[in-house]
Amino acid sequence: MIEQIKKIQLNDKHVALGAKMAPFAGFNMPVRYSSDIEEHQTVREGVGVFDVSHMGEFMVTGPKALELIQKVTSNDASNLVVGQAQYSCFPNETGGIVDDLIVYRMGDEEYMLVVNASNIEKDWNWINKHNDIGAKLENISDSISLFAVQGPLAAKAIQSLTPTNLSEIKFYHFSIGKFAGVENVIISGTGYTGAGGFEIYVRNEDAEKVWDAIFEAGKQFNIKPIGLGARDTLRLEMGYCLYGNDINEETSPLEAGLGWITKFNKDFINSKFLKRQKEEGINKKLVGFLLEEKGIPRAHYPIVNQNGQIIGEVTSGTMSPSMGIGIGLGYVNLDYSKPGTEIFITVRNKNLKGRVEKLPLFKK
Amino acid sequence: MNFPEELKYTKDHEWVRIENGIATIGITEFAQRELGDIVYVEVETVGETISAGEVFGTVEAVKTVSDLFMPVEGEIIEFNEELESSPELVNDSPYKDGWMIKVKLSGDLPEDLLTAAEYSELVGA
Repeated sequence: MIEQIKKIQLNDKHVALGAKMAPFAGFNMPVRYSSDIEEHQTVREGVGVFDVSHMGEFMVTGPKALELIQKVTSNDASNLVVGQAQYSCFPNETGGIVDDLIVYRMGDEEYMLVVNASNIEKDWNWINKHNDIGAKLENISDSISLFAVQGPLAAKAIQSLTPTNLSEIKFYHFSIGKFAGVENVIISGTGYTGAGGFEIYVRNEDAEKVWDAIFEAGKQFNIKPIGLGARDTLRLEMGYCLYGNDINEETSPLEAGLGWITKFNKDFINSKFLKRQKEEGINKKLVGFLLEEKGIPRAHYPIVNQNGQIIGEVTSGTMSPSMGIGIGLGYVNLDYSKPGTEIFITVRNKNLKGRVEKLPLFKK
Repeated sequence: MNFPEELKYTKDHEWVRIENGIATIGITEFAQRELGDIVYVEVETVGETISAGEVFGTVEAVKTVSDLFMPVEGEIIEFNEELESSPELVNDSPYKDGWMIKVKLSGDLPEDLLTAAEYSELVGA
């Protein structure tokens, strides 16, 4: 059976803009409009817009909503106020991660979970399986479009579209209001670039109107559409995890450096195991690194020590457009995880020298 | 898209220009567009004699790594050193400043080299 590739609402608009489209997580997505490097710099220095409508959204509502979220996610959602969001993950029952996600508190008993496109079906089945307490669940992924307006000029570029004062939306907070003439738009102070900006959630029927308004308002700030290629280099410069590369069903959130979203003041799926792992200590750790020699690390390249012994593996790698050097993330034995430690990446049978670096890899 | 008439092409998206027994080799406009920004060209086979169809180097774009294949058989006599510091020449000028290697031909030219028209049809452009 051939898997049906889904189209996002504005598919034809991206094609008309000259995007190179490619299948990603089951969706036909814009990968690049002009140049990965130019698009990357546009977001670092100006403002750009990603159509990330492939992302999944689940509503969790009712008197049991919080209880279910507390059970299936690792972070503590009980301290979220209405209008606040948090990064979290769904731990599995075997020590790994089902997915990473953002939890939005929309109302007293109303939450929205935003999950990775590649995992929508898996996550949906997972939370339903664990919903033995009667929380109300709704998968609204197919009716929502999501635009990430990112970069230092983001607030200026789109302020004219909304009465909401964008400079008052703090990081990982959001506001629901009128945007580009459309009611009930979620304007969220989140993103995956480290460049600042907003993520705008709209219903599909309003997507084109909102997209066009963003480009009209942003024209004087030289706003540009940005593809998934630049999204990956931007997130990697910050050291943000990508599910499927840096975290997966086998990686522990503690090994992945996600201890800060793993809260043991509550019980959640597999929390006993993870708590014990925290007490006993982990053996490997996800670290960021820079290459000091010319070359580009890629996923699955071995990480070795000075003697050529394998000490880990690269999970994500690229040439950093901001720094002009090879950068990456990878798991290494704990002994080699301290910032400054000399490591080597095996690139086509040559061991290139690099060093473990504190995140973010790109410091503004 | 531009595929100069005087060049020969391969299914792997290399081009070859033959002048006085010397072949100059690079990748096509189609290839550089598909790859996106070229950030590294690695050729460590200068001085070696390599058969047609064998790998002579690697080209890396932001997201991808691709092998470079010999369109002809011969000794690699020169690598375009400009690409060390300016790999983007492959994007900006794939047939001229972005050339990759020069090869001293040995043996016959492979029969499966494509004309500009045949290559253009292959990539549908």
